[in-house]
Amino acid sequence: MAITLTHYLALAGALFLTGMLGFIIRRNALIMLMSVELMLSATNVVFAAFSRHWGNGAGHVFVLMNFAVAAAEAAIGLAILVEIYRRRRSVNVDELKVLME
Amino acid sequence: METQVSESLLRWIVLLPLVGATINGLLNQRLPRQLAGLLACATVGVSFALTVNVFLRLLGLPATERLLTDSLATWIGFGRLSVDIGFAMDPLAAVMTLVVTGVSFLIHIYSLGYMGHDSGFQRFFAYLNLFVFFMLTLVLGENLLLLFVGWEGVGLCSYLLIGFWFGEEANAVAGKKAFIVNRVGDLGFLIGIVLLGVTLLPHLSAGEGLFSFRTLFAHRELLAPVATALGLLFFWGATGKSAQIPLYIWLPDAMAGPTPVSALIHAATMVTAGVYMVARLNFLYIMSPTAMLVVAIVGGATALLAATIALAQNDIKKVLAYSTVSQLGYMMLACGVGAFAAGIFHLMTHAFFKALLFLGSGSVIHAMSNEQDMRVMGGLARKLPVTFWTFLAGTLAIAGIFPLAGFFSKDEILWFAFSQGSSWLWVLGYLAAGLTAFYMMRLVVLTFHGTNRASEDVRKHIHESPVSMTLPLVVLAVLSIGGGWIGWPQFMGGSNHFEHWLEPVFHHEASGHAEVVTGAHGAAAHLATLPSNHATTGMTHSADVPAAAHHDVTVEWVLMFASLGIALLGLGLGYLVYARRSDLAEKWRNLAGGGIYRVLANKYYVDEAYEASFIKPGYALSKRVLWAWVDKGLIDGLLVNGSALVVAILGAFLRVFQNGLVRFYAYTFACGAAVFAIYLTLSR
Repeated sequence: MAITLTHYLALAGALFLTGMLGFIIRRNALIMLMSVELMLSATNVVFAAFSRHWGNGAGHVFVLMNFAVAAAEAAIGLAILVEIYRRRRSVNVDELKVLME
Repeated sequence: METQVSESLLRWIVLLPLVGATINGLLNQRLPRQLAGLLACATVGVSFALTVNVFLRLLGLPATERLLTDSLATWIGFGRLSVDIGFAMDPLAAVMTLVVTGVSFLIHIYSLGYMGHDSGFQRFFAYLNLFVFFMLTLVLGENLLLLFVGWEGVGLCSYLLIGFWFGEEANAVAGKKAFIVNRVGDLGFLIGIVLLGVTLLPHLSAGEGLFSFRTLFAHRELLAPVATALGLLFFWGATGKSAQIPLYIWLPDAMAGPTPVSALIHAATMVTAGVYMVARLNFLYIMSPTAMLVVAIVGGATALLAATIALAQNDIKKVLAYSTVSQLGYMMLACGVGAFAAGIFHLMTHAFFKALLFLGSGSVIHAMSNEQDMRVMGGLARKLPVTFWTFLAGTLAIAGIFPLAGFFSKDEILWFAFSQGSSWLWVLGYLAAGLTAFYMMRLVVLTFHGTNRASEDVRKHIHESPVSMTLPLVVLAVLSIGGGWIGWPQFMGGSNHFEHWLEPVFHHEASGHAEVVTGAHGAAAHLATLPSNHATTGMTHSADVPAAAHHDVTVEWVLMFASLGIALLGLGLGYLVYARRSDLAEKWRNLAGGGIYRVLANKYYVDEAYEASFIKPGYALSKRVLWAWVDKGLIDGLLVNGSALVVAILGAFLRVFQNGLVRFYAYTFACGAAVFAIYLTLSR
């Protein structure tokens, strides 16, 4: 059985939904951050798949760019999380509502 | 008037006093007194010197080309609407500028002495300089809008200077009254300007200054349909500034200011702005007999009414104030019968002798330790010789005694009122002339004659004023005596230079009397050039101009002796009643149970009537309707709190979404994205 574009898209969709559900359901900010990474990976898969499908290199460029963005985002996000944990001994997002109050 | 010569000195005539006002106003107390006074006097003095210079240049030009202009910048340039900031000097403006700068200069010098001990010395001179700047803007501005700027500016300075000693509430109230009453007049002026602009704008070609006097003059036929409305609206403005019925009430109260201010602003210059404006717009007024008639009647009535009030005032400055109102009425009367040159002539001579009288009264007040009540004066002639003799010259001049200045101008106005107006207009002016002589003599006798009635303390301090005060008195006395000779009438063997000088400005006068008197121009020539004017001018004797061309000189002589007679009668009666027969004075005071005197002393209760008819209802309206409903209900309730309420409701709605729950945001976001994806899929 040859692996077609549909297979790639199905994988990407599953990955994205996993990430989205994780982001919505979990309360741990660290897990949520990882969920975001999952969603980003899903888009990377789509980019790479289409790039190969159409024979257009631009998709690969976007994938590389996404890696850089994801890395930067993760670095900043983790730094913020560490700082929050130091102050509040918790990374439960439901408790982080100071900006609203 | 078509050719125009550029003269860049004009701007400096206007701007120099502003420079003085700025420096004095900004540095104020940091400036040493001597320097502040010197600066103020020097700027006005140089301004006067420049005026003389420009005047001589104007004199060298041919009569029909006497117009110097100085354009500074475009003020408003918007489509066809174009208004310049520029100055123009024609013979009329030249006379006014000479009077304004000359008299201002003398009064500035006088103020050095009079205000010498005042703690607000620098502030006073800053205001005084600012006033001169605005007055010159008013006079020299080449368009109506610039005139209005000056008009408002002098009003502001008048307010500031009336309330100069604002520590006393009465002074501040007087300043406020002057300002508010003038606002009532300015409303009419402003409506007139708008009406004029709306009428004229569609007909202008590009580049023509909308409000420029030359444009107005060139297109005066277009204004003919609205001439009556415009004339009345502008005159409404003039009744405010020039203290005519019904808005004259502010001027007597304005005497709360320092005496030099009364002399400069409320006698010689600012209050004549209305007369100047009417004379400046003479081409507009002669198109409307109705407006002219109103001007003449209001002027004549004001002259008589104010003269009667002056009979019973005890404050020396109040008498002079009502006298000013009365004399301004004369000028308006002259303008109303078409004798604009005579009006301006009286404006000039009045500036001399009324400034002199006010400064003289200031000298008296100074000597009497700030006492203004004539009942405690008396016998000052020997102690204040210079003040007395100059004051006497001013009195004889205002009474119209030959050959002093007031004689020529007043006689001319009365003659024009008789020949071009009607005999009852002449009667108004004639009676006022007699009353003027009477109350002025009363003032002189009460102040200078007999024995002093002041307390011992005050009497010890009576002294003649310093040279800085007496010198202006002497100069003004000379002008009050000889200033009228340039208008020596034709029938008395003179050549009336003054009227010749103003001819280019008023040469299109409807009634050909100016031409008749001077004999230089045939009235017929002007009739031919301006047929439309004459067609609409049904007033007075303009129809029988040819008949007046060979009028009887005897009538002029008779009228002249009649007015001289009533002046002498008034003076004599005044002397008899107040100096010789105090029983007569007593009898006059108790006439009709003292009722007449009481009505006069209370100024016909006009202030009280205004209080009851305008101020009280206005106050009630403000409190019950404007404050309770408009301010509290509409503005505070609906607009301010209403808009706040709308924002609050919207905010309450939006707040629901900002609950701080990150997962809620993510959920909402995901739902939104899903909806969007479904939409995209379905819309394929």
